[in-house]
Amino acid sequence: MVDVTAAARKKVKDIDLKHQPGFSQIAWFCIAVLYAPIAVLVLFSFNENRSVTIWTQFSLDWYVKAWNNEGIQHAALVSLEVALVAMLLSTIMATMAALVTTRTAPYRGMNVAVAVINQPLMVPEVVTAVATLIFFAIIKQLTGISGIGYLIAAHTAFCVPFAYMPIRARLEDMDLSLEQAAADLYAPPFKVFRRVTLPLLMPGILAGAMLAFIVSLDDVIITLFVAGPGETTLPLYILGQIRRGVTPEINAVSTVFVGISVVLVSFIFLSGKDKK
Amino acid sequence: MSDLSTSNNQLSASVVAEEKRLLNTRLGLLAPGILTIFFVGIMPLSVVLIYSFLEPGDFGGVSWVVSFDAYVQLLFEEDIFDETLSFTTDYLEIFFRSVSLGLFTTIACLLVGFPTAYFIATQPPARRNAWLFLITIPFWTNLLIRTYAMLLILRDQGIINLGLIEIGLIDRPIPMLYTDFAVCLGLVYAYLPFMVLPIFASLEKLDFRLVEASYDLYATRFKVLKRIIVPLAKPGIAAGCILVMIPSLGAFITPALLGGGKSLMIGNLIELQFGQARNWPFGSAIALVLMVLVMLSLMAYLRYGQKKGVPGHG
Repeated sequence: MVDVTAAARKKVKDIDLKHQPGFSQIAWFCIAVLYAPIAVLVLFSFNENRSVTIWTQFSLDWYVKAWNNEGIQHAALVSLEVALVAMLLSTIMATMAALVTTRTAPYRGMNVAVAVINQPLMVPEVVTAVATLIFFAIIKQLTGISGIGYLIAAHTAFCVPFAYMPIRARLEDMDLSLEQAAADLYAPPFKVFRRVTLPLLMPGILAGAMLAFIVSLDDVIITLFVAGPGETTLPLYILGQIRRGVTPEINAVSTVFVGISVVLVSFIFLSGKDKK
Repeated sequence: MSDLSTSNNQLSASVVAEEKRLLNTRLGLLAPGILTIFFVGIMPLSVVLIYSFLEPGDFGGVSWVVSFDAYVQLLFEEDIFDETLSFTTDYLEIFFRSVSLGLFTTIACLLVGFPTAYFIATQPPARRNAWLFLITIPFWTNLLIRTYAMLLILRDQGIINLGLIEIGLIDRPIPMLYTDFAVCLGLVYAYLPFMVLPIFASLEKLDFRLVEASYDLYATRFKVLKRIIVPLAKPGIAAGCILVMIPSLGAFITPALLGGGKSLMIGNLIELQFGQARNWPFGSAIALVLMVLVMLSLMAYLRYGQKKGVPGHG
């Protein structure tokens, strides 16, 4: 009986023209490689023991410890502050830029503008990081101003292209007929934007904002170079702890971090599917 | 007649006014984003270029003396006593390691990523979305945390070594961490989704009637793959390769955590110059060399990658 179904299945595969032998196994292997290390990390964040290798008992101790750790609390607040402000600024800038770089006949300078917006994606992050470090050092010397504003400016700059992508994609899917109808009915341009364009564009703007938030929250390299004393973000705190040694406390913080990314990405993914 | 020309004039005047308004709107809406990226992204890069031609200051920073030392230092070592220059391969080795690790990573990602992308593209739509979701999640998960997770399982006390000792295959842990192998594995793990997603995007559009036609003409499965599927997926393959190669060349976190001091890459060398070594001009020069390597890969991509693949004849 088993042999028969196995043989039948083999026959179906022979007929299925799209099938290539071994490819499904490689795909599963790919998923295993991508998820196994994260699974180990998450699993051992719930381990009662200090060890990150030998499982003893389930416990939430390390989460409680991480929650009460002042260094982690402070770092989390800095991270949130920077990510929220950078998200807000970059999403507004990206929306404005997307409105005038889509759904129009190409005009002089448009391609240059799009290239400038995508510039942060073209340069290796470590190069951007040292360049920003040098440049901000000069400005600090000239003006004497210091503070978290520099870090926020750096984050805003590299978040713009990430926010721009989904907003632009959404705009390109919208045709101009509704806006033209509103204008025909004597709506002034700003009203057309507020009542027609903006509500239709909102899913794109939300997706862009969330991408910007994740990218800012996750950033290590640029922050490492630009952040001043007292501006340790959560990833910098984690990096410092890893360099000192492996602790389950870091596993707990990391698990929460991964959880946030998964929730946000799921949201973007699902909202993107609705429109199709 | 004169009426017509005045109304024409009015019309053209209003067209000019309208065009001016459009121009102002465009400029006004583009300005914030463009200016931010110009001041925080593009200006700093030009400062790096200038700094690479200066001399290092005593405590970091630079002194404003024009010099080519930073570039000479890439290839030559200055003797402390008699100040003669001798050829050194120290830095070349790190550049060579970065490029070859980048290439190895790209090839490994391609070997795993292409079949995966093909498998996903041939799934029914519902399952296809689930697979894409699974590939996208790690793509947006913090790279530092993912690399740390890799470190956890590669360590001497990690799950791989302890597992192998437990089942008696080895009696001493195999040192995997702080080797080129660990860095390469970490890079593959980090950038695999960058390979799968663009290849999937081009395979999704593949017309499977071509595959049917070639089977009708007695092609074998391998021949169909080699002659039909791969050539048609070429734009996706090229995009995937460049998307893996560029961040691998400039990798910093992965070699810092998994390579330690033994397997340095360009990114770590740059950081060293701005940290412990306090040689900003040299760090700037290395950063520019990295930029050139990235530009070269991009040019190779534009030259060979974007041409639409055409299935061969005969």
